[in-house]
Amino acid sequence: MDDIAIKATNLVKKFRDFVAVDHLSFEVKTGEIFGFLGPNGAGKTTTIRMLCTLSGPTQGSATVAGFDIAHQGDRVREHIGLVSEKMIMYDRLTAHENLRLFGELYDIPRNALRERIDELLKVVNMEKWADQQIGTFSTGMKQRINVIRALLNEPEILFLDEPTLGLDPQSTNEIRDFTRRINEDAGTTIILTTHAMAEADVLCDRISIVDYGKIVALDTPSNLKKVITGADTNVIELDVPNITPTLISDIQSLSCTQTVTAEDETHIRVHASGDEACDNVIDTVRSGAGQIRSIHNVEPTLEDVFLYLTGHEVREQVADKVTTQEGHSRHGSRVRSRIR
Amino acid sequence: MGVRSGIRHALWIAWKDLLDISRNRMGLVMLILMPLFMMGMVGYIFPSNSGMSNVPVALANLDAVQGNASLSTKFVAQLEALNNKTGMMDLSTVGSAADVKSNIQNGQQSAGIIIGSNFTSNLNSGKQADVTIVNDQSNPQTASLIQTQLTQVIEQMGTQTATYGLNQTYKTPLNYSLAQVAPYNIQTTGIVPGQTNYFEFVAPGIMGMVVMMSLMTGLPHAISFEREMGTLDGMLAAPVHRMSILGGKVIAQTTRGMIQGIIVLTLSIVLFGVVVQGSIALILGILLLGVFSLVGLGILITSFTSTEETATMIMMTLTFPMMFLSGVFFPISQMPQFMQVIAQFLPLTYAISALRKVVVLGVGIPAISTDIIILFGFGIVLLSAALLAFERAMKR
Repeated sequence: MDDIAIKATNLVKKFRDFVAVDHLSFEVKTGEIFGFLGPNGAGKTTTIRMLCTLSGPTQGSATVAGFDIAHQGDRVREHIGLVSEKMIMYDRLTAHENLRLFGELYDIPRNALRERIDELLKVVNMEKWADQQIGTFSTGMKQRINVIRALLNEPEILFLDEPTLGLDPQSTNEIRDFTRRINEDAGTTIILTTHAMAEADVLCDRISIVDYGKIVALDTPSNLKKVITGADTNVIELDVPNITPTLISDIQSLSCTQTVTAEDETHIRVHASGDEACDNVIDTVRSGAGQIRSIHNVEPTLEDVFLYLTGHEVREQVADKVTTQEGHSRHGSRVRSRIR
Repeated sequence: MGVRSGIRHALWIAWKDLLDISRNRMGLVMLILMPLFMMGMVGYIFPSNSGMSNVPVALANLDAVQGNASLSTKFVAQLEALNNKTGMMDLSTVGSAADVKSNIQNGQQSAGIIIGSNFTSNLNSGKQADVTIVNDQSNPQTASLIQTQLTQVIEQMGTQTATYGLNQTYKTPLNYSLAQVAPYNIQTTGIVPGQTNYFEFVAPGIMGMVVMMSLMTGLPHAISFEREMGTLDGMLAAPVHRMSILGGKVIAQTTRGMIQGIIVLTLSIVLFGVVVQGSIALILGILLLGVFSLVGLGILITSFTSTEETATMIMMTLTFPMMFLSGVFFPISQMPQFMQVIAQFLPLTYAISALRKVVVLGVGIPAISTDIIILFGFGIVLLSAALLAFERAMKR
């Protein structure tokens, strides 16, 4: 087996004039968990759909498990499993019937299929729900069945498109643990898309940050964070109970400041460089009659990396967010959803 | 992936769809109620000719108010004697013209007969006597039927009276009778024995319509619904041929449509007294052929629409005129010329015409071979176009 599970070369997908995926090139190594991190509409799902042969690329090419997505679609499909954003489950069928249907579509011999279904149900602790209609399940239960459905054919490559979207914290953790286990036990290569930075951080071996259909950065989580620290940038978090728009724009106008985000009503997160960054920020806040309850120099997170890399437009958002408290502004609401 | 595994996949997908349909209780109830409503409504909205009996009719003899009413009394007696034979009317006597009007208005009677106030004296003085038939304009169907029938009866009586008068004048001997039955009794008979009612005309039409509409609306719905739900991706990302997915859907929807067709057939026979003259197997065969002729159209629409909503809307727009133009409710030959031309381009027209010939006239395959060939042609042309479009749509 090749070391490279997926190789994409200049993939482009256009919907009329809109470029959803813009000359994407990357390689995914066999056995790794590879993350696509980015806001909604960044082109993550479109990329996954092309790799799963659900949609043809406008330009460029890719091989999945060694097969060309454009010309060897059937071979590609034999080697992949897909958990898409929407659940691939029929509500009026029982868990077992759903699994059976898809098993048959993969031409798994009947006896082997029966064993495989039982085994997978046991892994996710769903044996006793096997004969209940999926429609009666909670979202978390459905997602467990949905994930094992994608594993029926023992795929070499598993695509997980926002697998924890809309799940409660407990189910989210279960799915994450399970994802890790599939990767470790079966050596399955996993492509994970998410807009949850923390999820990418804990799960992925390598992450590609995508924005507007382009890969902005591609590296391991720790290396990505070094982008910030290596650039001598500090991440400062301030607790200021009386934030005002002027205060924010004052900090913004400092020469050392790169980005300012108002995280909520009382917390500001500042990316600033230089040794005096901290002092400068404190001075600015106090001279603007701001009260500082606490200040930390924090470890950068992937969110900071994302901000740092796409910062130019986050800056507009900060000012908007404070002036329009409810987030009515177009930028305010859009960008918030892009980052969190 | 050979043909065998392709067929197997299609059957599994059909199994899934049918299981899904069978577990949708509300849907199942509608599946049975829809054809029942169709039959009931259509059958009763358009009353058939032969069903005219005991129509409530008000009779006002205004002549009786005057002095000498001997002739009008005789007229009423004649009318009643005739009516006793035909049983067409349910006569009840009222006092005045106003009563006739109000009785019709409040729905007690469907028509009225008013004998003019100078009936006897007019006749005696050699003038024409007036008999007025009052119609209920709010029900033109029945009104025109009653009018025709009553006019006939009264004219017949008029002839009789005139003959009798002549006989009196010229002293020709003739046995006096209270009422005289006309010498010519016209009876109509069809090609097959028994009386045909409107149900017999409409049942094959509804059968064809229900089966084919069920497929036409069901198929785009089934596919675009899955596309919107995201479950279609699951099948598309599996090593399953596109045609298997389509095939599975077609099998499931055809089965559903055929079940509805059989329900209509059963209801027509059991509840509405339709007598099937031809072979039931041939009827089912034509239904299947009808489905085949329209499958392509269903797939075409699915391919060109991205959401279930638009697909359903297009289907509604197409099926509604199709229903009326293909001769489900009215014979095509009664339609205006341009509509007849349009009807020729609808597969449903041929399916219904063939079904009707088999159900009502009891013909076999040779008599409907033209319809069969045309349906086949429609099927092949539409299907080839549809498969091309579908293959492209799946790549979007």
